[in-house]
Amino acid sequence: ETMAPVKVFGPAMSTNVARVLVCLEEVGAEYEVVDIDFKAMEHKSPEHPFGQIPAFQDGDLLLFESRAIARYVLRKYKKNEVDLLREGDLKEAAMVDVWTEVDAHTYNPAISPIVYECLINPLMRGLPTNQTVVDESLEKLKKVLEVYEARLSKHDYLAGDFVSFADLNHFPYTFYFMATPHAALFDSYPHVKAWWERIMARPAVKKLAAQMVPKKP
Amino acid sequence: MAPVKVFGQAMSPNVARVLVFLEEAGADYELVDVDFQAKEHKSPDHLARNPFGQIPAFQDGDLVLFESRAVAKYVARKYKTDEADLLREGDHSEAAMVDVWTEVEAHTYSAALSPIVYECLIFPLMHGKPTDEKVVDESLGKLRKVLEVYEERLSKHRYLAGDFLSFADLNHFPYTFYFMATPHGALFESYPRVKAWWESIMSRPAIQKLSATMTP
Repeated sequence: ETMAPVKVFGPAMSTNVARVLVCLEEVGAEYEVVDIDFKAMEHKSPEHPFGQIPAFQDGDLLLFESRAIARYVLRKYKKNEVDLLREGDLKEAAMVDVWTEVDAHTYNPAISPIVYECLINPLMRGLPTNQTVVDESLEKLKKVLEVYEARLSKHDYLAGDFVSFADLNHFPYTFYFMATPHAALFDSYPHVKAWWERIMARPAVKKLAAQMVPKKP
Repeated sequence: MAPVKVFGQAMSPNVARVLVFLEEAGADYELVDVDFQAKEHKSPDHLARNPFGQIPAFQDGDLVLFESRAVAKYVARKYKTDEADLLREGDHSEAAMVDVWTEVEAHTYSAALSPIVYECLIFPLMHGKPTDEKVVDESLGKLRKVLEVYEERLSKHRYLAGDFLSFADLNHFPYTFYFMATPHGALFESYPRVKAWWESIMSRPAIQKLSATMTP
């Protein structure tokens, strides 16, 4: 393994690319973002067999799948002060994994359709918002946020009283959700709102968030 | 060490996902039924273990977990030995490859394969719903593309993460086991390296033992 800058392939604004970048920023790693043309990604290769973004390179190690890349980054650059996976402690690591899975399989499926319908489809694809999808997703999201409210009433962060990979995984899609007309939903869940504000106050997150806002022409 | 507890039925694919790792580790465990007919999954006792009211839930002493992949990782770490190291967390590159193909199973492989299991087995047998052949056909199309990638990968390495069996391979067991019970199991014949990989998983004693409990 080398300490030369690692490379992330894909635009910083893409949610799954941002998932990797927030971890790189948190650990203070040197990295390069190589923006990739979506058309170029249609050409699949052994290194990118599914042609998706992000892809990642560290020397001769080539990876894909944003959560796998993020875990690699957090292990490689782990220090005593920055240990976001807690793999040295069975119980803590398990709690990080539980809430990372919840983001992937429960939170994300509820929140991401709202981001797609309200932002990505209109702004990037010229498609109208499907309000039925938005309404159904909002109902699912409310139920999810009830569980998060209960959890975050007991602990400052999802895995316990320490920030972790689980919390950071929520950043990309939630950031964009806050740019939709439904952001005020979080006001009904005060502990969730406070948790989100703690995440947004982190220097690494603020730095990345600034790159995810579309630049005016 | 007191036996750990897994809440749910062995026939549920996500419960089986956890049981694979317990069986591979030779761990002592107790399977505690959750009666869906009686809405036990929404009972206060079960919600205290899994706030989303799903199965599996898991208990080891005072540690209570949910989400099958998180539970499975806990089991793989707890029972890790030099000979049985399914996560390879001591080697950054190996661990990364395990994670890559674990993510592929979760987001790409299962997304293509599990609708076929639901439409051909679970909906008809458990919910009296007819098979939606359109969903099956679309999923088969996606699955073929996924299996092309797997065929390429498995022609270079014996297992998905490299030349060692890992957490990634074993995560494929539950839904693939049920896929083989659908009319479309023969699809794997077109992908000889994938077929050989699947047969080597199925031949493992732990998998044989668990499979027997998953057959009605």
